[in-house]
Amino acid sequence: MIAALGRLIIGFTLELGKVLIMLSDTLRKMATPPFEFSSSIKQMQEVGVRSLPVVLVTGLFSGMVLALQSYTGFKRFGAETLVGTVVGLSITREMGPVLTGLIVAGRAGAAMAAELGTMRVTEQIDALETLATNPIKHLIVPRFVAGLIMLPALTVVADIIGIFGGYLITVGMFGASPTLYWRQTWDFLTLDDIYNGLVKACFFGASIALLSCYKGFYSEGGAEGVGKATTGAVVLSFMTILISDYFLSAWLF
Amino acid sequence: MIESVNLHKAFGDKKVLQGFDLEIHKGESMVIIGGSGTGKSVFLKHILRLLEPDKGKMYIDGTDISSLNEAGLYKMRRRFGMLFQGAALFDSLNVWRNVGFQHLQERKLKEPEVRELAEEKLRLVGMVNVGDLMPSELSGGMKKRVGLARAIAYNAEVILYDEPTTGLDPIMADAINDLIVEMSEKLSVTSVTITHDMQSAYKIADRIAMLYQGKIIETGTPEEIRNTDNPFVRQFVSGSAHGPIQLEGIER
Repeated sequence: MIAALGRLIIGFTLELGKVLIMLSDTLRKMATPPFEFSSSIKQMQEVGVRSLPVVLVTGLFSGMVLALQSYTGFKRFGAETLVGTVVGLSITREMGPVLTGLIVAGRAGAAMAAELGTMRVTEQIDALETLATNPIKHLIVPRFVAGLIMLPALTVVADIIGIFGGYLITVGMFGASPTLYWRQTWDFLTLDDIYNGLVKACFFGASIALLSCYKGFYSEGGAEGVGKATTGAVVLSFMTILISDYFLSAWLF
Repeated sequence: MIESVNLHKAFGDKKVLQGFDLEIHKGESMVIIGGSGTGKSVFLKHILRLLEPDKGKMYIDGTDISSLNEAGLYKMRRRFGMLFQGAALFDSLNVWRNVGFQHLQERKLKEPEVRELAEEKLRLVGMVNVGDLMPSELSGGMKKRVGLARAIAYNAEVILYDEPTTGLDPIMADAINDLIVEMSEKLSVTSVTITHDMQSAYKIADRIAMLYQGKIIETGTPEEIRNTDNPFVRQFVSGSAHGPIQLEGIER
């Protein structure tokens, strides 16, 4: 029992160490020329543009359901006018970055782990090394950059469409006054709420890319290994997003 | 030129190399034979420091490669070309970009120049008009040829072949053997090949070394290997299931 616990702790510490080493390598390679512009753009397209439709749909419906639920609740004590505030704050501070993070982890993170994992088991990563190309710089830096930049960008989109979703329901369905909805939203929403949401998004984006690349990069054992790496990447990213979300919220807000 | 001294490598509890000593001279074609899972590929990866030994040293031209920093290591690797077992072509790049990969990364040559160079190397391995194809459109033998073109694209002094004929039909395998011989003659490279295909070994080797239980147990010319007294080597080259060699997981 104690031995098992010890093994667990040692295993965890080892993994964490490897992730941190990879992070420091990535940051160092990111700062040294030549820069991998074209592959970074390609990855940004993969992470950002391709995730856009899902983010739009999810953001819209989250805003809508949030308005629906809070309207029903607030009506009971006559505070319907506050729905705009609640939707605005919850979306920008919490749901925008977290939902976008989860979507990107499930879509792009899984793809990163699967792609790097396949490259590992088919010896393409070794081939990169023999061709005197650093795999961290060539493979991981562009994905890391893409995560770091595209997640905040997607979050902004999710914020806007989410607030719009709330507006649709409150004004369109419940017939509240549009002017009042916007005033309630903007009067209580500060730029800090949005900034802090975006700081979270940056952190989530970097974590998703790093952890997914890590899982793929060190996968072993053929097709099964790649499958495990992909699942592992998604689970690890989800946990990291949800846990770090709490601590970031406690620290930022 | 390449010298390994007392290399040891284990993966978990599985000891793969256990005191591997071998010297490979400049310009020769060395073939390492041995059963599946005896650590031939592991040795090959140690030459380029894709794997680090647990114990022992690897010298290239007298330099201990474990002492090299990253820049030194990449400089050393530029002198080598490697043909991987599954060719390890980059899926996302077309054939000519695969072949010219190292030049494209360096950005010293312009793209059309790299393309021309890649086409020239492809011709050298007998491939024409394939530059724009993707790796997924190639057969196994074609992939190996492209992999070889990539390995020689940077004017390698040493080419490492990881089971070059495995998984090919006998005719394609022989064509690859011809290519390997041609490469050593035309480009006067040093080559290190690992294989368990004896026909291939006899054809391409200047010297053959046999790996068994993590050690080199015999080295000699193809003629010497063919006429050896060593019972282990005899069993292996004659391809018999009966003899002193212990097969992993099989009891007799």
